Amino acid sequence: MEEAKAKAKADANANAITGAEGEQAASRIAAVELAVTKMLRIGIYAAAAVIVTGLLWLLITGEGGYPEDTYPTSFTDIASGVADWKPVAVIEAGLFLLILTPVMRVVVSLFTFLHEKDYRFAWITALVLVILIISFALGKAG
Amino acid sequence: MTAEVIEIFLIAILAGVVGSILGLGGGIVVTPALTLLFGVDINHAIGASIISVIATSSGSAVAYIRDKITNIRVGMFLEVATTVGAITGAFLGAVIAPKFLYVIFAVLLLYSAYAMVKKASQEVPQNVPLHPIAQKLRLQGEYYDKALGETVAYNVDRVPQGFGVMYGAGVISGLLGIGSGSFKVMALDVFMKMPLKVSTATSNFMMGVTAAASAVIYLFRGDIDPVISAPVALGVLIGATVGSRLMQRMKSRTIRKLFIPVMIYVAAQMLYTGWRG
Repeated sequence: MEEAKAKAKADANANAITGAEGEQAASRIAAVELAVTKMLRIGIYAAAAVIVTGLLWLLITGEGGYPEDTYPTSFTDIASGVADWKPVAVIEAGLFLLILTPVMRVVVSLFTFLHEKDYRFAWITALVLVILIISFALGKAG
Repeated sequence: MTAEVIEIFLIAILAGVVGSILGLGGGIVVTPALTLLFGVDINHAIGASIISVIATSSGSAVAYIRDKITNIRVGMFLEVATTVGAITGAFLGAVIAPKFLYVIFAVLLLYSAYAMVKKASQEVPQNVPLHPIAQKLRLQGEYYDKALGETVAYNVDRVPQGFGVMYGAGVISGLLGIGSGSFKVMALDVFMKMPLKVSTATSNFMMGVTAAASAVIYLFRGDIDPVISAPVALGVLIGATVGSRLMQRMKSRTIRKLFIPVMIYVAAQMLYTGWRG
């Protein structure tokens, strides 16, 4: 009888611990959610603003800054096109920002997981980031 | 040029709505629309559809994460599988004939379409056990279902199988250069038995990362035409914002009814490509 009571009490304690851990985990994930949404918003608004600027400019002037149906395809060409205020290059810079947004989302979540001391998920996220960097490198080589 | 840009923009809004609701990224609308209606060649159409996938992913994630529909932990964990798969796929294409892969994946999709038909009347999954790995990684979760007006708590089952299918989804992305959203939804919904809304939102969330890796390659290869991709990006961002609000008010049963024919269509397309190739 006493033993059963003691066991029940121990079980309740164990549950209380997991309960507290659960709450901690919930607050950790809330921090990550907040950081990720903030990053995504910044990325989307920045990309959309740059793309709209370039596109409206192109449509109004009818002049893209490059010969018909051509556009810069390297990072340096896009950058120098933007420096020369060529509309098509500006659009491409906006598209590049859009592509960068999910990658930045992974970076931001890595830092947030570290900050929240959720090391297991920090490792998982770091692994994703490393794989992404490898695939970028492979893409460039190929 | 202006008329064409506006037309592409309007179609892209539709693509964003459809993609964000079904977890597909919108390539399924953008690629055929550009090639068939605007005579864009396939490489530039795929380039634009990758932009569409990224725009859908980021655009819908804002609302889906805020409303806690997206399961970020599941998404992050499975991104390991999709990104490794994407690299494998890029190499596999050069090693073995993609023909067999197309057929295998098409059969897998048809099986899943069948599994989805069987649970067509089910609104949210019942009595799903919590897999030991899911417990260890705390993958289970809950969300507030606006259509049902109640909080739905859910477990996550068969993590290894889901991880395997996600790897396959990554291989397809690497091979075909697409987000392969239908496979991601299948892994989450059919294999891991998560609620359909959580599955499509999490699939959308994950898709941006896989697509970003190939997008950079496409950009430097010149396959992303800025004049076509700009209206696609803007339209899809608007469509995804609208779609991610619409979806929450829809019944899961309705979403499933829209999803099954899409799976059959994608499977048929893969069988055809495999057969021809």
